[in-house]
Parts: sequence; C-alpha cells; structure tokens
Amino acid sequence: MKRGVSRRFRNALFLSLSVVATGLGLACLTAILWTLISHGLAGMSVKVFTQMTPAPGNEGGLLNAIYGSAVMTLLGISMGAPIGALAGTYLAEYGRGSRLSTVIRFINDVLLSAPSIIIGLFIYEIIVVRMGHFSALAGAVALAVIAIPVSLRTTEDMLNLVPRGLKDSSAALGAYPWRTVLSVVYPAARSGLVTGLLLAIARISGETAPLLFTALNNQFWSTDLNAPMANLPVVIFQFALSPYQDWQNLAWGGALIITASILVLSVSARLILALLQSNRGSNT
Amino acid sequence: MAIIESGHAAKQLIYERLFKAVTLGAAILVLLILGGVAVSLIRGAWPALRHFGFEFVAREVWNPVTDEFGALAPIYGTVVTSLLAMLLAVPTGFGIALFLTELCPPALKRPIGVAVELLAAVPSIIFGIWGLFVLAPILQRTVQPWLIHHVGKLPGIGPLFKGPPYGIGILTASIVLAIMVLPFIAATMRDVFDTVPTMLKESGYGLGATTWEVIWHVVVPHSRVGMVGGVMLGLGRALGETMAVTFVIGNAHRISTSLLAPGTTISSSIANEFTEAVGDLYTSSLIALGLLLFIITFIVIAAAQAMLRRLERRAVGSP
Repeated sequence: MKRGVSRRFRNALFLSLSVVATGLGLACLTAILWTLISHGLAGMSVKVFTQMTPAPGNEGGLLNAIYGSAVMTLLGISMGAPIGALAGTYLAEYGRGSRLSTVIRFINDVLLSAPSIIIGLFIYEIIVVRMGHFSALAGAVALAVIAIPVSLRTTEDMLNLVPRGLKDSSAALGAYPWRTVLSVVYPAARSGLVTGLLLAIARISGETAPLLFTALNNQFWSTDLNAPMANLPVVIFQFALSPYQDWQNLAWGGALIITASILVLSVSARLILALLQSNRGSNT
Repeated sequence: MAIIESGHAAKQLIYERLFKAVTLGAAILVLLILGGVAVSLIRGAWPALRHFGFEFVAREVWNPVTDEFGALAPIYGTVVTSLLAMLLAVPTGFGIALFLTELCPPALKRPIGVAVELLAAVPSIIFGIWGLFVLAPILQRTVQPWLIHHVGKLPGIGPLFKGPPYGIGILTASIVLAIMVLPFIAATMRDVFDTVPTMLKESGYGLGATTWEVIWHVVVPHSRVGMVGGVMLGLGRALGETMAVTFVIGNAHRISTSLLAPGTTISSSIANEFTEAVGDLYTSSLIALGLLLFIITFIVIAAAQAMLRRLERRAVGSP
C-alpha cells in the first residue's frame, strides 16, 4: 500500500517538474521576445529606414546597415546555396553508399555545427590578409561558407524524398542521370529545395561573429564590395555595447528587424514544407 | 553499343560526365573547406605556438603590453560556462521534451513544438543584448546579493559565490547560454523520444507502470544514445557560441573562483580583441585560441554525430 502511494507521489512529482520546466522555458523565451518587441518598437521610426548610422548624440537610422546586410546575405547565399545544392545532389544521386559520401556527409555535419567565429578567422586568413583590407566580399564569402552545409543537408534530404519509381521511369526512357536530375528530380523536389534555401538565408542573415573581422563595419553609405560595409549584426553589437542611449535604441530596432525577418523566413519555410506534406499525403 | 555512336547520345554522355564531375567537385569542396580551416588556423597560430610552446595552453597571463599570452583563462571560461549552461539546460530540456511527448494535450503539441523550433532560429546576438540589458540588471539587484549573503558563507561551495555583484560574469553568461541552447536540446530530445515505439510504452503501462516509470524505465533507456548525442551537439554549440556570451562575460583574462566574477571565453576574446589586436604575436595568439576552439568543438561534435548516426542505423535496422 505504502509503496503504491510513494510510486504515485513520485509520478506526480516528476510530471509536475516537467510542466514547471516547460513553463520556465516558455517564460524565458516569451520574456526575450517581449523585450525585443517593446524595446525594438520604441527604437523604430521612419528614420531607421531612411538615414545612415549616426555619430554618437546625433539622429540617424540604419539604412546603410540594412543595405549591407541584404547585399552580403544575397551574395553569400548565391555563392553558397548552388555549391551546397550540387554537393547534396552528388550525395543523393551518385554517391549513395560510397565511402567518400559517408565521409563528406560526416564532415558536412561537423561544419554545420562548427562555431561561426572559426569560419570568420578562416576567411580573414585567406582573403582579408591577402587583400590587405576588410571588405564586403570577404563577409559574403564567410556567409557562403556557412550556407554551404545547410544547403547541402536540406538538398540531400529533399532529393531522397523523391520516389525511386519516378527516377527509374526516367531512366527507363533512356535518360542519363543528369537529365533525370534536372528534368525529373529537381522539379519533383522543388518546394523542398525552396524550403532549404529559405532556411539557409535565415541561418546566415543573423550571423555576427564571421562578419566582425571580414566585412567589419562602415559608418557611411558604401556600395563598394571591395571596401568594409556596414551590416545589421555588427552595428547592433557595437551600438548595444556603447554608452549612448540613441545608439542603444537603434541597436534594439536593428535586433527587431533581424529577428522579424528570420522568423518570417522560417515560418514560410515551414508552411511550404507543411503544404508539401499534405499534398503528398493526399496523393497516396 | 550502336547508340553511343550517334551524335546525340555522345553529347548526352559528355553532359553526364560533366554534371557528375561538377557535383563531385562541389562535394569535395566541403572536405577542402574543413581542411582549409585547419591549415589556415595552424598557419596563423604558428608564430604564437612557436614562441610560447606548449605553455601557451597552461598560462593564465594575457598582457598585450608585454606581449605575454596564455590561453588558460579563456579555456577555463569556455569550459565552465558551457558545463554550467548544460547543467541548467539539460534537465529543463528533458522536462520540456517529456511534456511534449507524454503529457501535452494534442491541441497544444504542435504550437508549442513549433514555438520551440522557431526560437532555435533566433540569432544568438538577440540573446546577448537581452542578457546585457535585462537579465544582468535583474541578477545584480536580486539573485546575486542573495547568493552572496546566503550561499557565499557556506563552507565548500561558498567561495563560488563571493565578491561584489557585477551583474555580468561567468554565471550570467552560463544562464544566457543555457536559455540559448534550451530550444535546441528540447527539440532534439523530443525527436529522440518520438522514435520510441508506442508498443514498448504500451507494454509498460500494461504492466501497471506509472507514466514516470514508463519514461524512466522504457523511454530513457531506449533513447539513451540519441539523448547523449543531442546533449553533446548542444554542448558543441555552447562551447563555440560567441555573441550571446561576449555581451555578458565581462572580458577579464583571469580565473576567479567566484562564478559571479567577470571572465572570458575563447570566442568572446577573439570577438572582442581581434580587430584591435596590434602586433603579430597578439593576432597570432588570438588565432591560436581559435585553433584550440576548433579542436575542442571538432571532437565534441564528431562524437555527437557518431552517436546520432548509431541511433539512425539502429532505427533503420529495426523498423
């Protein structure tokens, strides 16, 4: 009898602890989002999108940083995503079961979770030191290197979802694998590939550490890829740690812009994937 | 092979070889990147390693004026903040995963699950500024004075909570790190728990076990490898995390017994000092720190991947 009571007590105790843990986790994360939204909206105004980053004590916005972030993210993704997608295609279509692809898959997963500041140091060594100065191009390459493993992973997963029979039918019509991949597999996996692309963009657009010593920062408007370029994460980093109230407000505004864009990207990726799954479900 | 002789088929074959070569090249590039990272870090770190020798990892001194550098304080800070963060995040993440798989009403399961996953996508710099502007002041005003007054006087663990309440420091950095890796750990554990066959759990309930007993004696043993893999992947993130820590660690190159004191980690030292480093030895010492971080995280992540792979193979083997 006593044993039964203690068992039920222990059950209740641990299950309530689990509820407490969930509550605690959700509370922390709500607190962060709440602070971000309230501080961020307070720092938000039209000027944020129309003016350059100011000197301390002056009014200004984040236009050059938003532009820089957009340019480097787009440049980085247009270099990184195709490479990752091609490599993922190799793993899914040519290298199944081979030793080389096992190694590549493993190394890719290591790169996927490698600290991004290490990638920053790597690009600093091979590009910034050689060119002799910081540049937007170096920043974009650093972001590309971070995008490659993300893109490779999702591409391989999505291509593996394409039914075997579809590929076999194409082969039976006499198509070489490259033709099958381009005309059958890619179209069949289209929404999956778009999802992967969105996730990769979301991943690199918030990266700060790799830009610190590649793109650096620039207080002024610059479209020169061969020169340092402002970008939201580094501006947030510098402004938040400054003692000036104006700068701190702008940092919060920038933080809200970044987080909102990343959440929009992630949610769209998720929606596309959900649509894909419901389509697949209704087909079978 | 008469078909290949026709011009069309020959062209097809050339395209095929070309396409295969291009995709193979892209795949090999992944290996080259990792190799390139290793080589460039070793080359960059070489002057410092040659100058200080193996003592580099054993010395606490960090003095840019006299060009004396040692990595002990950042290594200590990295290891302590990451372990403390895991100590906080693993039980909480376990609780959340448990709630999501076993207790949660089905209507809430998806929304909470999606919220957790979306929060894993929030960039780490957000956690950093939140830690600096919101968490650190709260800790400084309430939690830290309490710890100093009550726990600080206890024998044994007392020295861990001594000194003035700075707000920022090792403890604050650990808490921010814990919050940052929490969604990640919870999501991984939930996925692992979901792989436990319902039949096994039902058998447990059939024998009269309580929910907790089924979890502890069926779900946990079944998902042990995956759980450890997920935790180590989280540890890998915590070790290399830069921005969330840099804001709240205080950047002090010394080892204090007190967890309330400011410290430094490998990644925050690099982030704070790299662009301002003057002199080859200073820069090289910071790159040597990067090399150490690369080696540590590589080992942790590789071990985690190996474990998760074992789990995957097992799942494929017994559908």
